[in-house]
Amino acid sequence: MAIRERFSGNEAVALAIKQINPDVMPAFPITPSTEIPQYVANYIANGKMDTEFIPVESEHSSMSATVGASAAGARALTATSSCGMALMWEELYVAASNRLPLALALVNRALSGPININCDHSDSMGARDTGWLQIYAESNQEAYDNMIQAFRISEHKDVMLPIMICQDGFITSHAVMNIELLEDNVVKDFVGEYEPEHYLLDSAQPIAIGPYAVSNYYMETKMGQRTAMKNAKQVILDVAKEFEAISGRHYGFFEEYQLEDAEYAVLIIGSAAGTCKDAIDQLRAQGKKVGLLKLRVFRPFPAEEIAAAVAHVKALAIMDRSDSFSGNGGPLGAEVSQALYNAHSDVKTVNYIYGLGGRDIRVEDFEDIYSRLERIAETGEVTDQFDYIGLRK
Amino acid sequence: MGTTDISKITEKSPWQDITPGNQIYAAGTSREFKTGEWRTQTPVWDKEKCKQCLLCVPVCPDSSIPVKNCERLEFDYDHCKGCGICAKVCPFDSINMKEGQ
Repeated sequence: MAIRERFSGNEAVALAIKQINPDVMPAFPITPSTEIPQYVANYIANGKMDTEFIPVESEHSSMSATVGASAAGARALTATSSCGMALMWEELYVAASNRLPLALALVNRALSGPININCDHSDSMGARDTGWLQIYAESNQEAYDNMIQAFRISEHKDVMLPIMICQDGFITSHAVMNIELLEDNVVKDFVGEYEPEHYLLDSAQPIAIGPYAVSNYYMETKMGQRTAMKNAKQVILDVAKEFEAISGRHYGFFEEYQLEDAEYAVLIIGSAAGTCKDAIDQLRAQGKKVGLLKLRVFRPFPAEEIAAAVAHVKALAIMDRSDSFSGNGGPLGAEVSQALYNAHSDVKTVNYIYGLGGRDIRVEDFEDIYSRLERIAETGEVTDQFDYIGLRK
Repeated sequence: MGTTDISKITEKSPWQDITPGNQIYAAGTSREFKTGEWRTQTPVWDKEKCKQCLLCVPVCPDSSIPVKNCERLEFDYDHCKGCGICAKVCPFDSINMKEGQ
């Protein structure tokens, strides 16, 4: 029987971690960390779970310790946010290239500077090329559900890559929402025991992890990583299917909302999708054919699937909650545009930047975006390709 | 993907044969890595001058001065990187650095 509760996103993900009961959780215990390690530490102190919690002196150390624990053969994860993730940078690459199936519960917040503690995606988007799987959530429910699916994807023998479970700072970390939880034993059965094939503490088979790879080996190693990332696509869908069987909740690479017959569409990641859905409901009531593609899986990037899903729209707004400062839009804009180009799509696109440093995006903003798309489709002219939404001018 | 018998992996191996994460399924394999190739200066041991005081042995950062029956032997040139610390520490001028391998 599903359990109905009211939880903040931090509480929801911490509960998922309690239900998973991993072997090791190293984490930096104060800002810029989140409440997630705090709740987990409470569960451990109260005897509700038996994870080894390691309070470390920095995020550089928390990711290093997670890498070490995973290499030793443990199911390990850590949690952080914003600048904490920036301090993990070196180890993010080490985790991925060593093919360690560990997890990171990431609350997306802006990077300094200027100093800011609010939501945007510049932390995880900056890490988009580290070789990690990245899954994003619209709601507390989705953050909880994604965390429960995390290790099944990451530990799959065809994948063996670290996974980042992302949720929006404050919006889906602190705000309290209604949520449907799974029972402990259901989660336990779903996640299963971690039985690594090779690990450092296996005395019967001594191994070395993370050796020096000269030029003659480096590219071949990277091809292995790329292939694992590609393999993850099918694994993500398979795990989602199994998850649906225990939860009744359906997941894929993305969610399509009123997209099937839409003429104008928005493509977005994270909590702002909920606001966009409200705008869609209002505009649909006025007879406007508007829709949404909410991207859940950013790594691996489902390029062909996205191109196919939006092939029929007249104009598409690709919404980035971080700026690449390339003078050429944001990361999602660049990758979706490439996907459309490679699919020989003639969909007109704009790439808008919104919500930086926690700037609100409102229903009216989305209504304005849809009317801009209508104008672009009518005139064929794109005059504001990389606009900032909600900027004072 | 990847073979567990790492002796089959060479610099000619296709990417499919490289173990995931370059994991090496064996122990003590660093001795196979001939770091002596990096050497630009080479220590030369003068056995006549050597008093077998063994001061050179513990200061070698690459364990490249083997010892047998309380006496040092010839340098392990497969692993000596030519740092010159042994030459510096020798009180009897029995180790001299020459240019090249």
